[in-house]
Amino acid sequence: MQMTLTINGQDHSVEAPAATLLVEVLRDQLGLTGTHIGCDTSQCGACNVLIDGAAVKACTVLAAQAQGAQVTTIEGLGSTDALHPMQQAFREAHGLQCGFCTPGMVMAGMEMVRKHGTKLTPELVTHELEGNLCRCTGYINIVKAIVAGAAAMEAQNA
Amino acid sequence: MRDFALHRPASVSAATAAFAGTDGEAAYLAGGHTLIPAMKSRLRMPDALVDLTGLGLSGISKEGDRLWIGATTLHADVATGASVIPGLACLAAGIGDAQVRNRGTIGGSIANNDPAADYPAAALALDAVIETDRGSFAADDFFQGMFTTALAESEIITRVGFAIPQQSSYAKFRHPASRYAMVGVYVARHAGGWRVAVTGAGTGVFRWTDVEAALNAGSDTAGLVLAADDLNSDIHASAEYRAHLCGVMLKQALATLA
Ligand SMILES: Cc1cc2nc3c(=O)[nH]c(=O)nc-3n(C[C@H](O)[C@H](O)[C@H](O)COP(=O)(O)OP(=O)(O)OC[C@H]3O[C@@H](n4cnc5c(N)ncnc54)[C@H](O)[C@@H]3O)c2cc1C
Ligand code: FES
Ligand code: FES
Repeated sequence: MQMTLTINGQDHSVEAPAATLLVEVLRDQLGLTGTHIGCDTSQCGACNVLIDGAAVKACTVLAAQAQGAQVTTIEGLGSTDALHPMQQAFREAHGLQCGFCTPGMVMAGMEMVRKHGTKLTPELVTHELEGNLCRCTGYINIVKAIVAGAAAMEAQNA
Repeated sequence: MRDFALHRPASVSAATAAFAGTDGEAAYLAGGHTLIPAMKSRLRMPDALVDLTGLGLSGISKEGDRLWIGATTLHADVATGASVIPGLACLAAGIGDAQVRNRGTIGGSIANNDPAADYPAAALALDAVIETDRGSFAADDFFQGMFTTALAESEIITRVGFAIPQQSSYAKFRHPASRYAMVGVYVARHAGGWRVAVTGAGTGVFRWTDVEAALNAGSDTAGLVLAADDLNSDIHASAEYRAHLCGVMLKQALATLA
């Protein structure tokens, strides 16, 4: 079927079967491979993207259901030259090792700021991260990165 | 996933027409957080999906002594918008994880009637009315055991009305990986008496009538234990363990009434 998706502010016309998942269109058709597939069973959060600002698991959303909404992927947050404060915080706090889970973790951080504002506690972040899995870091530095990233977003907006 | 025809109707009548007009198996799609995983593993292979999210069935409103929640209202929106029933808001905030709550809907959860789902316990304890495109059901008649409800083939849940209790609370022992209820107990005190519902423990949600009677009589509930014979036993927990957990969750729920 023919669908029009708005990804990172840009409209894309895509021809794909109705059964195509949002994550498949992003990666296979649009080359936006920053969004990862970790489990494909809605558990790990590596595929998190924002739909109208809210974090969702793109492996469990039909591409066609994202029509009419604003989809933001990791590529749309910042650029290599100018990282988004949440991305920069992961870099500074060493919030990654292999990096596979990182795009989804950054998006989970964005969701926490949307819901709880920029002053996050480690306890809250730990709780809110329950839909994201990391096989490397042990999470400690991810939690630090999200707390710092949120604070940096406040500073940026100030 | 096997391919299918996708319909995105804008009205309830167009949705039922698309369902009826399908050559083969049709299914409604709401948040997709049960259906899409089931289709990926080919437990379900519908020929057509009819998307319910464009029907205008989202929203929360208080009407008299009931809180009405539209079928396609997200778990995340119930968590923030159902504060007149704190136990219900708290239940919604504990479903899955943040991302699941941003897609999953109350109508999907109630229609699916997973024996370990959370909402069925609230619906039963809060004496809910489940309204559909062609009538309504009392929660007591609606849930009919594992993945089975009173819904007819193409019937659409439009909204769910929960009786606003004097006090209520939900306590859940989460499966540590799936986050579904190993056991969940919803306790509600209404002007007409107590209602207590248990999910996760049996083949479907049920009322714990011994506890209701004890609470109505003002007597102690501490000694009341469910018979393990009727409860689920699986690799995660034996029936005896679940029977014990029911007592623990009951105690927690009674200690946190609000
Ligand atoms: C990782 C993960 C964790 C989860 N954890 C929990 C948990 O802790 N507790 C819990 O309770 N649930 C949990 N769930 C399930 C989640 O709550 C689902 O969103 C919910 O069960 C189904 O809602 P949905 O909107 O996604 O429905 P869908 O998947 O779209 O549909 C489910 C079924 O209901 C039917 N249906 C949907 N809407 C209607 C309607 N209005 N009228 C008639 N039929 C309808 C569909 O045809 C389908 O058969 C979890 C899911 C995931 C992926
Ligand atoms: S790939 Fe989507 S949750 Fe793991
Ligand atoms: S850094 Fe390797 S999975 Fe998280």
